[in-house]
Amino acid sequence: MPSLIDRILEGREILQRRPWPRTVVGAHLWKFVANELAQGRLRLLGLWGEPAMVHMAIMDEDAAEIAVVSLDCADRIYPSVGLRHPPALRLERAAYDLFGLTAEAAPDARPWLDHNCWGARFPLGSRIDALPKATPYRFLPAEGDGLHQIAVGPVHAGIIEPGHFRFTASGETVVRLEQRLGYVHKGIEGLMAGANLERAAQLAGRVSGDSTVAYAYAFSRAAEAALEFVVPDRAIWLRALLAELERLANHLGDIGAICNDASFTLMHAHCSVLRESVLRASNSAFGHRLMRDIIVPGGVIRDLNDEGEKIIQAALDNIRLRFPALVELYDNTASLQDRTVGTGVLKPALARQYAAGGYIGRASGRAFDARRALAYPPYDDLRFEVPVLNEGDVNARVWIRVREVEQSLSLIDQIFERLPEGSLRADAEQFRGAREGMAIVEGFRGDVLVWLRLRDGQIERCHLRDPSWFQWPLLEAVIEDNIVADFPLCNKSFNCSYSGHDL
Amino acid sequence: MRKLLFESLFRRPFTEQAPSSDDTAVAELATAVGRAARRRLGRSLSIREVDAGSCNGCELEIHALNNAYYDVERFGLRFVASPRHADVLMVTGPVTKNMRDALERTYHAVPNPKWVVAIGDCARDGGCFAGSYAVVGGVSEVLPVDLHIPGCPPTPTVMLKGLLALLERADTGAVTP
Repeated sequence: MPSLIDRILEGREILQRRPWPRTVVGAHLWKFVANELAQGRLRLLGLWGEPAMVHMAIMDEDAAEIAVVSLDCADRIYPSVGLRHPPALRLERAAYDLFGLTAEAAPDARPWLDHNCWGARFPLGSRIDALPKATPYRFLPAEGDGLHQIAVGPVHAGIIEPGHFRFTASGETVVRLEQRLGYVHKGIEGLMAGANLERAAQLAGRVSGDSTVAYAYAFSRAAEAALEFVVPDRAIWLRALLAELERLANHLGDIGAICNDASFTLMHAHCSVLRESVLRASNSAFGHRLMRDIIVPGGVIRDLNDEGEKIIQAALDNIRLRFPALVELYDNTASLQDRTVGTGVLKPALARQYAAGGYIGRASGRAFDARRALAYPPYDDLRFEVPVLNEGDVNARVWIRVREVEQSLSLIDQIFERLPEGSLRADAEQFRGAREGMAIVEGFRGDVLVWLRLRDGQIERCHLRDPSWFQWPLLEAVIEDNIVADFPLCNKSFNCSYSGHDL
Repeated sequence: MRKLLFESLFRRPFTEQAPSSDDTAVAELATAVGRAARRRLGRSLSIREVDAGSCNGCELEIHALNNAYYDVERFGLRFVASPRHADVLMVTGPVTKNMRDALERTYHAVPNPKWVVAIGDCARDGGCFAGSYAVVGGVSEVLPVDLHIPGCPPTPTVMLKGLLALLERADTGAVTP
């Protein structure tokens, strides 16, 4: 039986095949896809604009098939997907702010990234002057006796990124949380347009600092798909090493930080030491603690020598020695378990609806991991498990990360055993005309999607979709009926990216 | 937990005496910063960090200043939750237009005398985000910057060096708060 995506694409001109098909559809089929998303037969991977076109990336999860459908909208109006499928809402609001594309009949038409500070509207579409006076942002109402509001941010108490949270509480219990993001919008997609590959890769690596490897990896793979680059084997394996080191460092740091938000600082202190050991080893082996700007289109720019391998190996041995005691400590401390078990429950149905990636999805029964589902090299050739739990609470998210630390340790071992010799980077070929490419890479937080079109060696349009787009809205859902004091715990167990989302 | 705590009584601390020249340098540096802070302010130095549009890379490294290897708090360098408790405003990012207002308001909430330290390459002039419709382009466009610490992101060691330089300059009166 042909898959749903095959049926959607049937008889249509395929504009791009690298590595997944893209086709232009009419409004009728666009609405059909929106309906299939709402019915749960397809998953939404992204929705983004161009000056007179809107694109939607979709996935048939059972068949692991992906496609992009595009709708011409010269009049800058298209049928809203968010009307039927709420996960698209914020993406549509962003497409309006950046391109002036209106989602017809969308239930939420408030601005999202545009805070009326840019001095212009629709900066990536047909620019017009800013509104003379900013209209106040209308938060959703919460009505009832004795409710009070708590406004937090954009400047938070800790050393974290800026964003605004509006809580409505009844006594200690949160009745509604509404997020207001966009504070760190830097206009990266605007800067991408017209950039050459080198600069664009640099920008991609600065979308979200904790995922700098994942972004450079995803961007490079998209560019390579467009240009049909053949990446040398050694580079393919080194990339996976970098990606696993990044995952390891972030998971170790966050497991401690989650416990810290339950005021259990001992875990935080020990986990920070392990995280630091990974960063120091990365610095010794690759010359940068966060391994920034090492993955580039065509390969990698730094090789790993024997000494670097030894240093990383020593750091991993140390983690293997010390981490189990910390896991035991987490598991056996009743006061800590009291805070994490049953707190901030994300229901599996919501995780599925939003196609939530990373540990958030996997702690709520969604087994998607791009390394397994899409099996991009070298992961098609590596042995690893994708841990899944169904509880969906803070505790489950911690355990998924614990298991993923173990998996990353094993993956790095396998990479060291089988790291092939050879060159590091393929040379770029000159080309004329337009080429498109797309890639999805599993970062520590979830699947990072990059779609781009190159023209004559330059980026014409590049869209980078952080996994947080589908995770932030779920945080609003999980905090409901929890106490205000548990918000930091829930928030840290999600650890969504502000910068990756605001872009 | 008891076992872990017990072990830590006997295990050498992570901030070892002389494990490598690198770590010794860090300890010396941090002591020097603490001493300079006390000389200048008569007490320890409180820092309030504001992310004005960074990619979060700088924040990760600022966090590292608090881990057991650097442990800057032992020298009296403290990150505080409110700008009203701060002596130093540590700002990262190219300053997005959406954050400009919040940054200014945070600055005005810091009591005098105060210093502004801009952290990272994009905090100097916007870095690779310069020229975007959405960024102001550097902290000094918005606030009087006393010190800029370069790097993408600067390592914890580089940040410690920078804080020391700030205090020494403040000591000689080059900075008028």
